[in-house]
Amino acid sequence: MATPGKAHEIRAIIRRHKRWDLIFGLMGLASLSVAILTLLALFTDMALSGIPRLDADFFTSFPSRRAGQAGILSAWVGSVLVMLVTAFVAVPVGIAGAIYLEEYAPKNWFTDLIEINITNLAGVPSIIYGLLALGLFVYTFGLGQSILTAGLTLALLILPIVITTTREALRSIPQHVREGAYACGASQWQVVHDHLLPYSTPGILTGVIIGLSRAIGETAPIITIGALTFIAFLPPVPLSGDPAAGLFDWLFSPFTVMPIQIFNWTSRPDTSFQQNAAAASFVLIFMTLGMNAIAIWLRYRLRKNIKW
Amino acid sequence: MTSSTITLPEKTPPLKAESRKLDFYYGAFKALKGITMPVFENKVTALIGPSGCGKSTFLRCFNRMHDLYAGHRYDGGIQLLPDDVNLLDPQVDPIEVRMRISMVFQKPNPFPKSIYENVAYGLRVRGEKSRSYLDDKVEATLKGAALWEEVKDRLNELAVNLSGGQQQRLCIARALATDPEIILFDEPTSALDPIATGSIEELVGQIKDKVTVLIVTHNMQQAARVSDYTAYMYLGDLVEFGETKKLFMKPQRKETEDYITGRFG
Repeated sequence: MATPGKAHEIRAIIRRHKRWDLIFGLMGLASLSVAILTLLALFTDMALSGIPRLDADFFTSFPSRRAGQAGILSAWVGSVLVMLVTAFVAVPVGIAGAIYLEEYAPKNWFTDLIEINITNLAGVPSIIYGLLALGLFVYTFGLGQSILTAGLTLALLILPIVITTTREALRSIPQHVREGAYACGASQWQVVHDHLLPYSTPGILTGVIIGLSRAIGETAPIITIGALTFIAFLPPVPLSGDPAAGLFDWLFSPFTVMPIQIFNWTSRPDTSFQQNAAAASFVLIFMTLGMNAIAIWLRYRLRKNIKW
Repeated sequence: MTSSTITLPEKTPPLKAESRKLDFYYGAFKALKGITMPVFENKVTALIGPSGCGKSTFLRCFNRMHDLYAGHRYDGGIQLLPDDVNLLDPQVDPIEVRMRISMVFQKPNPFPKSIYENVAYGLRVRGEKSRSYLDDKVEATLKGAALWEEVKDRLNELAVNLSGGQQQRLCIARALATDPEIILFDEPTSALDPIATGSIEELVGQIKDKVTVLIVTHNMQQAARVSDYTAYMYLGDLVEFGETKKLFMKPQRKETEDYITGRFG
């Protein structure tokens, strides 16, 4: 059996195999470095030119013709409000759709068709959503070039992401947990409500945040539906002003969002506006990172309680 | 289909359920072939046989677990007594069946909730909200499942942090909490060590005063230890049914003898 000669051969084989481990590891590290270093370089460049511009006034000022006085008040308020509408629409619709497809729908050609469509929707260029929204929300439904329209458009855009990740989360719940619940005499809705939803919350949250992070950076569909690029007022605060604004008047207000403001500033020849753009990009990145951080923290906390 | 040999004692206990010419299909595959056998009240009935013989499939007919999956078909029936209702009748809601007949699975499958919530779940499903009633019932059930002493100080901790044997006893408590008429065990000890297995077997012996037990096991010694009646199944047929002692001491059929003596299986 294991004669010394054989052992020698075996070691040679193992050495050969390990060489490939090393080569693959180095290749992986190299490609990773290219990506990370590029990102880091871009981020540093942006931070260096943007950070000096960041002060309290930058957040509380409206855009201005003078770069030194211009701020992002209308843009960040607009982004936050649009995200609120997006989340409010995409989360319940997406989760409900995913639950239906995963737990209730019969497996036939029709549900297959819906599935293929959802997968494809995730790959549709965002400007197409903008054109759809322009025709449907702005002209057909007459919702105007408003926060509501933008929120609905972005909700459509991230719906496939929310549905897909929710389905993944539902699918990762072991079948024996479902069977255990059914065996207690639970109805299908009780199984969904008492078990599947709570156990898949971490996964669903991840999907929602990934979706919102994508939505907050979207420019094309928002421009298509006609967001303003220069706006020096905020949407009406509910029940304030004279005559008092209605609870939902803000939904129909014109608006701008962070990426549009950035786009607007970068397209100006004056270099001091470039600085504004860098500062605003810095803020936008932190908004995205902030959302991701909250998601990671929530997921970590919730996952601690879910083991099979 | 081969015919089954059913040997009953002269004086049989009262019937709790009876399978009558039960056929079961997964799609085109006929997994159960005309199973006819009694289930006696407050007795433990073991289903034994080699892998793929249909014993788990048969067990899962009793709480309509197959209804969760497409492609199943029942033919024939399982009459539940005393009201003589056919459990497999499409008119009978599977949820009603599962409320009357509970189940313990092969792998302990507690919910990722607290120990308390696991035991209380069956009652919550039935709409029970009274905290004091739930408290009492959870305590009584955990005592009945020989788990109370081990968990009484940590009822709000996650059930999945218990050991495998404790988890399985918790699942038994969950199944017992709603006072079912029959409790089904699907190889309940196959994932457990011998000590945990011993405590589960002891528990099965204890609960039969209150509930009728049907247990699938691949372990013949276990069947001999815990059951009053045994059914030997092979390839979807019921080969032999009888009192456990007699079936193991003096099997009527050659196939049964070969299996229990280890010449086959």
